[in-house]
Amino acid sequence: MTALLEMRGIGKTFPGVRALDNVNLTVEAGEIHAICGENGAGKSTLMKVLSGVYPHGSYEGEILYEGQVLTNRDIADSESKGIIIIHQELALVPLLSIAENLFLGNEVAKNGVINWPLAFQKTGELLKKVGLDEAPGTKIEKLGVGKQQLIEIAKALAKDVRLLILDEPTAALQENDSQKLLSLLLELKAQGITSILISHKLNEISTVADRITIIRDGSTVSTLTKDEISEDRIIRDMVGRDMAHRYPDRTPNIGEVLMTVKDWNVWHPDQKGRQMIRDVAFTVRKGEIVGIAGLMGAGRTELAMSIFGHSYGRDISGTVEIGGKVVDTSTVSKAVAAGLSYVTEDRKSLGLVLEEPIVRNITLANLFGVSKNGILDKRRETQVAEGYRTAMAIRTPGVFQKVVNLSGGNQQKVVLSKWLFTDPQVLILDEPTRGIDVGAKFEIYSIMNDLAAQGRGVVMISSEMPELLGMCDRIYVVNEGRIMGELSREEASQERIMALILKNDGKAA
Amino acid sequence: MAETNGKTRSLSSHLGGHLRESGMLIALVAIVAFFTIIVRVTLDVDFLSAQNITNLFLQNSYVIIMALGMLLVIVAGHIDLSIGSVVGFTGAVAAVLTVNLHLPVIVVVPACLLVGALIGSAQGYWVAYWRIPSFIVTLAGMLVFRGLTLWLLNGQNIGPFPKAFQSLSTGFIPDVFGVDKPNMTALALITAAAVVVIWIGWRARARDAEFGMTPEPMGLFIGRNVIVAAALVFVGWKLATFRGLPNVVVILTLLTVLYAFFTENTTTGRRIYALGGNEKAAKLSGIKTDRLVFFCFVNMGVLASLAGMIVAARLNSSTPKAGVGFELDVIAAVFIGGASMSGGVGKILGVVVGALIMGVMNNGMSILGIGIDYQQVIKGLVLLAAVIFDVYNKSK
Repeated sequence: MTALLEMRGIGKTFPGVRALDNVNLTVEAGEIHAICGENGAGKSTLMKVLSGVYPHGSYEGEILYEGQVLTNRDIADSESKGIIIIHQELALVPLLSIAENLFLGNEVAKNGVINWPLAFQKTGELLKKVGLDEAPGTKIEKLGVGKQQLIEIAKALAKDVRLLILDEPTAALQENDSQKLLSLLLELKAQGITSILISHKLNEISTVADRITIIRDGSTVSTLTKDEISEDRIIRDMVGRDMAHRYPDRTPNIGEVLMTVKDWNVWHPDQKGRQMIRDVAFTVRKGEIVGIAGLMGAGRTELAMSIFGHSYGRDISGTVEIGGKVVDTSTVSKAVAAGLSYVTEDRKSLGLVLEEPIVRNITLANLFGVSKNGILDKRRETQVAEGYRTAMAIRTPGVFQKVVNLSGGNQQKVVLSKWLFTDPQVLILDEPTRGIDVGAKFEIYSIMNDLAAQGRGVVMISSEMPELLGMCDRIYVVNEGRIMGELSREEASQERIMALILKNDGKAA
Repeated sequence: MAETNGKTRSLSSHLGGHLRESGMLIALVAIVAFFTIIVRVTLDVDFLSAQNITNLFLQNSYVIIMALGMLLVIVAGHIDLSIGSVVGFTGAVAAVLTVNLHLPVIVVVPACLLVGALIGSAQGYWVAYWRIPSFIVTLAGMLVFRGLTLWLLNGQNIGPFPKAFQSLSTGFIPDVFGVDKPNMTALALITAAAVVVIWIGWRARARDAEFGMTPEPMGLFIGRNVIVAAALVFVGWKLATFRGLPNVVVILTLLTVLYAFFTENTTTGRRIYALGGNEKAAKLSGIKTDRLVFFCFVNMGVLASLAGMIVAARLNSSTPKAGVGFELDVIAAVFIGGASMSGGVGKILGVVVGALIMGVMNNGMSILGIGIDYQQVIKGLVLLAAVIFDVYNKSK
């Protein structure tokens, strides 16, 4: 094989930050090359250098592509050479059709007039290639995230892609959608398309990648070939230290029942007659970490949000007991007063006021705690924020930094601080480690263990089964808005969880 | 807990971080200086004469008053286009009540404020609870209340107002010391204000230091406060040697202090910023966002009715055209003052300075005899430049 791409001694400096320093990366033609690294290690910056977001001349070092020095002026320039990047945040227009999206900026047109029949025909061919069975006129908003991801790939194919860069393509996907995507990558590989795959999910990397390059603190640490790849090795190189345990040690100290939810029923907020949650009942004990497993769309988030201040759904019925008393959780402030907190899965759009400083985000859910008669005590507020900054090890120059400037892991710690300041008895954490690097995940796990050790009840919703198995004392399996079963730590395994999920799907199919 | 790192941060880097706030003040000072020189050279008139300073406040008080409320509306992520018409309408209500029905001022003022609150709640209801875009609701309000003004006034002017009502705008604080000129009350009040400003600044600085925030360099702190205090005392002296402290200035100052405190130091104020910054996150933090939006519009209505009465009192009659286009001046002042179109950002002091910049330019250009055509062009360009300056700073 010959090298399709060679990046030599790449360096990039932003004001005050050396983002990349002497990165070397060789990608062979026809391989799937994975890039691993903690958040902030410089993966995205490197890909922006490659795809022309940072034009030639704004970085150090040189890029050889098909043996020629690459001098991209912008993204269009690099796309014309067949280098196409698919960002984590999908760049599709929700209200336009698949066909319109596929050829956006690249329309099948003559003199500016679009040839719709041809565009639709081409769309059909492309959809077939990525294994999607959708009408070309379907609007993007009707598709799930998994299908949208495939559309993005089809869009790349429409532009005659030769080097496909995927930035965490499976971060928001369910297990089966991820599988589909990964097998598509293998198919594309068979057709001679080279891919660079950025991912946090080590199991995926080890299944599809031919080689893997690990980046730490803006420099390449190592490039491993297929037979050298092992999760432990990858983690060690990423973190720069041995991580004997992915999950912190904990001796559970489980007490009496803290929260009981009974007969919980929720209907869809807009679609009449569609029941989202059906007769759900569960308990959480003091000091216990309870997992909620299930596929995306199974109703996990809907369940959590409907309990927390009826923030989702309508015609909600059922009871919530905390500490043996039935409590009213019909508004967020009542739920908080009852001792409940909910840490959202979407911290950027639902959890944080990004343009405000850390201190204001931390106190937002409990302004009473830092005020008297409606007047803020800013001294006390700053002390509170400083306290959490130390306790949670939020890495920031100060609590007056805007949260938008923090990394994912530190943002998550700010959201956790915000809810801890309301002193909840039960915390529901929805995908608490999504989009967070390995080191920060460990810290979040430790925080969860501390919370349980303080006698609080912790409910953890997660799509990553290993994480549930590693952290939880008990796991409820949810599918189609119902609890399909309950597994103790000893009983639980990936197979048993999947079996419980499929129990229902068998009926549906 | 106090960190001592970076205490000696250089002047330039500090200015860089606070460019927006300092920039606005510097721009205001520069514009005042510019007009002072130009007016002196070309017309040999004193731009900073006691009379002109008094005029400046009388002419612009209504813009500043409404800008305070508009800031809240814009921070909450909305807009209110109806305030010009509300000014006209409440002025008309005031005229009908005082001139036609001979009600005393003590009744008319609260009645008009109530009308403003009702108008605000009528519009806020649709925006907050029905989620109708505020642009549309208040555009409708703009038409409705202009129409109601015409109907109420029957297309005629109503006036003149009794002395007591006029004093809302053209009255002055009486001198309790009995010295005719200079007016000692005015002088004493303004000097006290200057002392308070310095004291508050000093306390904030001490607090910043305690929490390890890099404080403003001492030189800059002193320099800035000397300039602000000097400007205050200068204005006070000028006003005192003329007719004393206008009532409007007192109202204006009290409201500014009140709203600055409200936005910076109260839980409700804080929540409005959070709501504008990320409504969904605010909601999930237990904040009753609908109620806050509703409140912002009610508050805007009240301030618009106050402005309406001041405008009517100043013109000494209520006209069907009163307040036309005011909303644009007010919105421009808020954006020049550093608020963000997308909500969540903006400060009361910035807005007041923004309104003063607009006011000084209006006044200066009128004195120079610049036609209304050019005036509009220049004001438009200043608005654009201020916002471009903001965006440019952010992108750096």
